Amino acid sequence: MSRLRQVRSETRFNLLGFRRSPAATFFTVILPLVFLVIFTSIFGNYTISATGARVATQYVPGILALALVSATFMNQAIFTVVKRESGVLKAMRATPLPPWVYVGGSVVSSLVLTAMMTVLVMGIGRIAYGVGIQAGALPSLFVSLAVGTATFSALGLAVTCMCPSEQAAPAITNMFVLPLYFVSDVFVITSSGPPRWMGLIGDIFPIKHLAHALRHTFDPFIDGVPMPVGNWLVMAAWGVFGVLVTVRFFRWTPRG
Amino acid sequence: MIAGADLAIEVTQLHKRYGEVEAVTGVDLSVASGEVVAFLGPNGAGKTTTVEILEGLRTRTSGDVRVLGVDPAAATAAWKERIGVVLQGARHEGDFTAAEIVTMWSAYYRSPRPVAEVLELVGLGDAAGTRTRRLSGGQQQRLAVALALVGDPELVFLDEPTTGFDPAARREAWETIGGLRSLGVTVMLTTHYMDEADHLADRIVVISRGQIVADGTAAELARHVAMPTRISWDAAQLGHDELPEGLRELLDTGASSGSASPSETSVPVPAGPVIATQDVDGVVRQLLAAADSAGTRLDSLAVRPPTLEDTYLALTGEGSAGADSTGVAP
Repeated sequence: MSRLRQVRSETRFNLLGFRRSPAATFFTVILPLVFLVIFTSIFGNYTISATGARVATQYVPGILALALVSATFMNQAIFTVVKRESGVLKAMRATPLPPWVYVGGSVVSSLVLTAMMTVLVMGIGRIAYGVGIQAGALPSLFVSLAVGTATFSALGLAVTCMCPSEQAAPAITNMFVLPLYFVSDVFVITSSGPPRWMGLIGDIFPIKHLAHALRHTFDPFIDGVPMPVGNWLVMAAWGVFGVLVTVRFFRWTPRG
Repeated sequence: MIAGADLAIEVTQLHKRYGEVEAVTGVDLSVASGEVVAFLGPNGAGKTTTVEILEGLRTRTSGDVRVLGVDPAAATAAWKERIGVVLQGARHEGDFTAAEIVTMWSAYYRSPRPVAEVLELVGLGDAAGTRTRRLSGGQQQRLAVALALVGDPELVFLDEPTTGFDPAARREAWETIGGLRSLGVTVMLTTHYMDEADHLADRIVVISRGQIVADGTAAELARHVAMPTRISWDAAQLGHDELPEGLRELLDTGASSGSASPSETSVPVPAGPVIATQDVDGVVRQLLAAADSAGTRLDSLAVRPPTLEDTYLALTGEGSAGADSTGVAP
């Protein structure tokens, strides 16, 4: 079987497993859509004094960032730890499947989920809240989504090295992302922004850069092609960090 | 190199050290192609360590290892095409059906067996559409065997295929493993059940404390350790005083009850004298004669030949009186 078909087969079964997991479906698909409706309905029609744009134009990309992090970082980490602790990864090591095909399959699955969520979030944003994107901003959107998927997949694999058991995986991953959502302009968006120290914390980690890169592409007043290069570079740097940690510390065998 | 072409596994002086602990201390082992070999030993004897080195999943400290002519430490994908592995206690994703998991794994191999054929082979044909979490323990083990077979391997490793199973699931797993023989694959299985080794394997290799202590068929191992037969009766029917001098000396005084396993010793043996002997005929004749002269009948007379367990416990030194399981061999 060619490597490409192996990646496709892995992707297919990853997505099948995702569909059959109520927890994964809820946190990746349902929850972001619920948050989108709640936040945008409550705060969406305020205008941000600095730009004059409605807050809704920032919640749509913010929730898109949330969905991407769930589809990549959270899923990657939790599913991988479950497979590792149940001995499946170890058994896989005794088969001829190259490790990169396994990793490739799970990154492609994350990409498919991200694409699906992008369509859903942007569709609801457009239909319910009139938030759209200029055609010229589409390439920028694709770059942000691609860099985001790669980065947060790598970080998802990296964080498995910190998760001792499958019970610990959801707690540890949420410990990272939940507080960051609040300081990264995902859940809370105000004209004045968060307190300075919170803003700094947000600046260090990649979620805010993802949210801002996406927000840029949704900016209704932008001229020409939005190029949030700085945000892309910070995300990419975190992606490289994730790859290095994974290469150095990734375990295929269950604990004990 | 080519001299060992018909040997599936060749191991010389294998050592594995984990920090201070030496788990495997100089194992020599050879398995011919097509042979079914049981690697028998108590928990912690070094079985899994040895087998996982052979599977290429663990590194070794020293020694020479050839599996299908290749050093597993330098395993290539081409080599992995030729082996099948059932790890100890692996659980497969419960949300998939048996057929889905086998399909998923068949994609890992260049020329896999058809999924339906593999499921049929392990007796899961009827459970193909059942979600894994609803399979019984025995069926899950069959599924694990199916995954090991899907690549059409020449050599299959099974690590403790029935540990923790109830007797029915165990029988079920035995049937599946027995079926491998007809496929002509070489099988190496580990177990800590002597009866399992005896039932499934052509040859039993016994490992204890990181070393091979015996190698042969169950009958050969029994002859090798020459365990005595135990003869017992009810003291009410023939008391100590009524025994001839020669038999009194042979009486087992309990403290040296020899090979009884810990679980057996905790259940009191029916109060009564026991003689452990190789000379069954002589002792029984003397006992009957003594009963005759005492004017009683010896209806309670019981003759118990050494069991497989006795042989195993004697070989591994696990049952020796006074020695606990972590103790040093006498």
